[in-house]
Amino acid sequence: MYNFDYEKPSTVADAVAALGDEDAQALGGGQTLIPTLKQRLASPTTLVSLSGISEMQGITDEGGSITIGGATVHADVASNGAIAALSDLAGNIGDPAVRNRGTIGGSLANNDPSACYPSAALGLGATIVTNTREIAADDYFQGMFSTALDEGEIITAVKVPKPEAANYQKFEQPASRFALVGVFVAKTSGGVRVAVTGASEEGVFRWSEAEAALNGNFSADALEGMAPDADGMIADLHGTSAYRAHLVGVMTRRAVAACS
Amino acid sequence: MPKDHGIGASPKRREDVRFLTGEGNYTDDINVNGQAYVHFLRSDVAHGKINGIDTSAAAAMPGVVKIFTGADFEGIGGLPCGWQVTDKHGEPMQEPAHPVLAQGKVRHVGDPIAAVVAESVEQARDAAEAIEVDIEELPAVVDMKAALSEGATKVHDDLTSNLCYDWGFVEEVKPDVDAAFETAAHVTTLELVNQRMVANPMEPRVAIGDYSRGTDEHTLYTTSQNPHVIRLLMGAFVLGIPEHKLRVVAPDVGGGFGTKIFHYAEEAFCTFAAKACNRPVKWTSSRSEAFMSDAHGRDHVTKIELALDADNNFIALRTDTLANMGAYLSTFAPSVPTWLHGTLMAGNYKTPLIHVNVRAVFTNTVPVDAYRGAGRPEATFQLERVVDKAARELGVDPIALRRQNFITEFPYATPVAVEYDTGDYHGTMDALEGLIDRDGFAARRAESEKNGKLRGLGVNCYIEACGIAPSNLVGQLGARAGLYDAATVRVTATGSISVMVGAHSHGQGHETSFPQVVAEMIGIDESQIDIVHGDSSKIPFGMGTYGSRSIAVCGSAMVRATEKIIAKAKKIAAHLLEASDADIELKDGQFSVAGTDKSVAWGDVTLAAYVPHNYPLEDIEPGLEETAFYDPANFTYPSGAYACEVEVDPETGKVTIESFAAADDFGNIINPMIVDGQVHGGIGQGIGQALLENCVYDENGQLMTGSYMDYAMPRADDVPFYAVDHSSQTPCTHNPLGVKGCGEAGAIGSPPSVINAVVDALQSGGHDVTHIDMPASPSRVWAAMNK
Repeated sequence: MYNFDYEKPSTVADAVAALGDEDAQALGGGQTLIPTLKQRLASPTTLVSLSGISEMQGITDEGGSITIGGATVHADVASNGAIAALSDLAGNIGDPAVRNRGTIGGSLANNDPSACYPSAALGLGATIVTNTREIAADDYFQGMFSTALDEGEIITAVKVPKPEAANYQKFEQPASRFALVGVFVAKTSGGVRVAVTGASEEGVFRWSEAEAALNGNFSADALEGMAPDADGMIADLHGTSAYRAHLVGVMTRRAVAACS
Repeated sequence: MPKDHGIGASPKRREDVRFLTGEGNYTDDINVNGQAYVHFLRSDVAHGKINGIDTSAAAAMPGVVKIFTGADFEGIGGLPCGWQVTDKHGEPMQEPAHPVLAQGKVRHVGDPIAAVVAESVEQARDAAEAIEVDIEELPAVVDMKAALSEGATKVHDDLTSNLCYDWGFVEEVKPDVDAAFETAAHVTTLELVNQRMVANPMEPRVAIGDYSRGTDEHTLYTTSQNPHVIRLLMGAFVLGIPEHKLRVVAPDVGGGFGTKIFHYAEEAFCTFAAKACNRPVKWTSSRSEAFMSDAHGRDHVTKIELALDADNNFIALRTDTLANMGAYLSTFAPSVPTWLHGTLMAGNYKTPLIHVNVRAVFTNTVPVDAYRGAGRPEATFQLERVVDKAARELGVDPIALRRQNFITEFPYATPVAVEYDTGDYHGTMDALEGLIDRDGFAARRAESEKNGKLRGLGVNCYIEACGIAPSNLVGQLGARAGLYDAATVRVTATGSISVMVGAHSHGQGHETSFPQVVAEMIGIDESQIDIVHGDSSKIPFGMGTYGSRSIAVCGSAMVRATEKIIAKAKKIAAHLLEASDADIELKDGQFSVAGTDKSVAWGDVTLAAYVPHNYPLEDIEPGLEETAFYDPANFTYPSGAYACEVEVDPETGKVTIESFAAADDFGNIINPMIVDGQVHGGIGQGIGQALLENCVYDENGQLMTGSYMDYAMPRADDVPFYAVDHSSQTPCTHNPLGVKGCGEAGAIGSPPSVINAVVDALQSGGHDVTHIDMPASPSRVWAAMNK
């Protein structure tokens, strides 16, 4: 990696100030950024660690929803259990080392098209809380590695409403064990939400046809034979676009079945 | 009651104490005073002409000691190839030059163009980024068939084509083989790919060159399976260093699997640069570099045909293979698809007529060489797949078809030039059937189907040829080295023993199992015996560890040397006991006079050897140290039968291994626990090949699987608990221990049974699938079901 300066502020305000420098870069758990730096594919002048900010840590249960600090690691979400599907998802990200360093804010800010968390945030209709505003998940994800965040904006917390029922089904890419296809299904007060990660060239998306079918009949049978259009699905060494489209159908049916 | 010491006991591996407590001493743990670091600037294109290299800006960067390019190596030897194959017309293979740093052209992604030696790794890397290379990209040759087509771009301009050799084996028999196919009652044909693999030892390669101006001595510390082979190849053929001025040290090595046999450019570079810079020079490979610079394995495309008569006897076999050599010939690359592959095509069967054709091809990819099994997995996979396919086409039981065609009389001369000394293929198949509860399979399949899954059972046999030898024969076949090994047994005055061996241990457990043999022979405790290996300044000239040869070849040398020790010790004991040497018996570390109660202990004799006050100095020399070289009379032939049960999820195509059983015949076994471990590891790699691993290049020669994000290594939860049985033992007839070798069996024997099981599962679900190429990944299996 190239040389950089390192800052570890203890407040969001100090972090925002530190990120004001051009070419400064926020560092969450570093599970994507550090390997990128080691390969010399990025050269920030300053890394601003968010791990020393106590107000961004931990999970609070507000009854109808939970609020997860942006710097909360996957292992803490996994052991929380207030939303079982979310905890299960977090408990299957990476390996123990990743889960004890990687953070929910870092994952959502990166918006890797194969990451698990984006599907949970979108599937549960979460709200992304930043140092300046609150962004609904539906408005937040804007395509592969692209989000509504402005330069220097920090995810301080994620507010997640508790669903009536929810489940996440992940079909692992054999090498990386990221989601080749991951489907988060949630039955919420506002209706059924189906969020798909890993599959689309546009990143995480809601499968609206499935949601419509499930709003009429929340059962796997309601999705019989359904799959999204293969056009626009990712095609790579690990699966064609047709295979991914097919898997979206399979994983959605399994998630629905597991909800009931 | 199992033995608790000596041959046949299972003491825990003594070397694991240091490995598991962080006390190992790997090459990267070695830091030589004053060392500088090298970073290699590697090609990012698969094929290109180097129009110019400008290092002037880079040379002025902080910390730079010296920058090297191909020009610095003009007049210096290239990396040699250790095996010359003769083609079917009697002509030698085409053998291109392999420069240490690229000269004129780059020929694969990762080909080193320049090397920066600097005070730190990061400074070397910074400077490498400042080197300006003007490369004119050329069309890449990736696909083997395209590489052989008329007018194809040549990887090496000075060769006549991209064909390394066209090998026919045995060419004179081909008309008879073809005639048998004309009269066959049934012919089964199968086209398949044995995919390219990356060995991925846990420890990446490392090299440190050191040079003393005071003594003109060179030292190379390197991650090698065979330090003396490196000393000979690099000293004699690349750098012209007299062997007595070159010390090669391979300390603890974290796995090799074949890929650390070969002599690599980085080793020669560090040795050369240490003298040129008058500084020790260290290189540690990153994992990314390993993917594009460690020799790869396999990469065959094969058509195999099996002819049977009306009674289902195998009457003829013919195969046609394209074998990828990559851009250059790695050390033993030409031998792998030929002498380590063609000679195994008889397998366990008495097929009387066999013809093997292999065309080896140059492409713009990383060189391909031996990887655990080396040629034998490729032979076994195609043979055991075509036998299974034949059984399905004929509607006969796959085990019965195999049993019907087993070789049952030994020694057996195959039609592919080797003679199996011993074996019992029904014995291992019986042992396998004892492990797998075949009768219960129907019920297990029904249970799987109830859960929406397809279940399959696959079986295969294998034969392996280990301890490749004898040297005079392999020399006729094109080997440019001998294939003996050596051991020196050095007894101290107080009776403890150091055994200096030519074999190298990098996961095989020699430090535990070799002493068991010496302890058994002398009758002393294993704790009195240590193995010394890996340092050319300490050990006799041995050829190292590969091809499951260590115990069969080096172990035999150790036995011979120990026999010499015992013979001399008996003479000393006879003197001490005032008896004739012929009357001296050695048992449990005590020398006694037959028929009397007179005895002296091992320690009394060893002390006398080194404090020879009461000693027959006029008849024998003082001291107790003996060396033996052992050149085997033949290969050894381990064999076995494996079975795999899988479940396939028809909705996703995902294959899970429900059980795996292995019945091997390794002859006599020194340490059953270590042997089990070797088999477990081999099966893990075989399952990795069958289901997960795949090294892929795109049409431009870019490596698509350059990291673990895309190259799928097997993990603990990808494999089941294995059932292994080594009770069927037919000892090797020509080595003193009756041992055969076990290191590669698992990797050779496991892929076919996995794929046979997947095909069985898919057919049980009504799918018209007769073959699926490895890896049987979820997407491939799903595609096969939905074609």
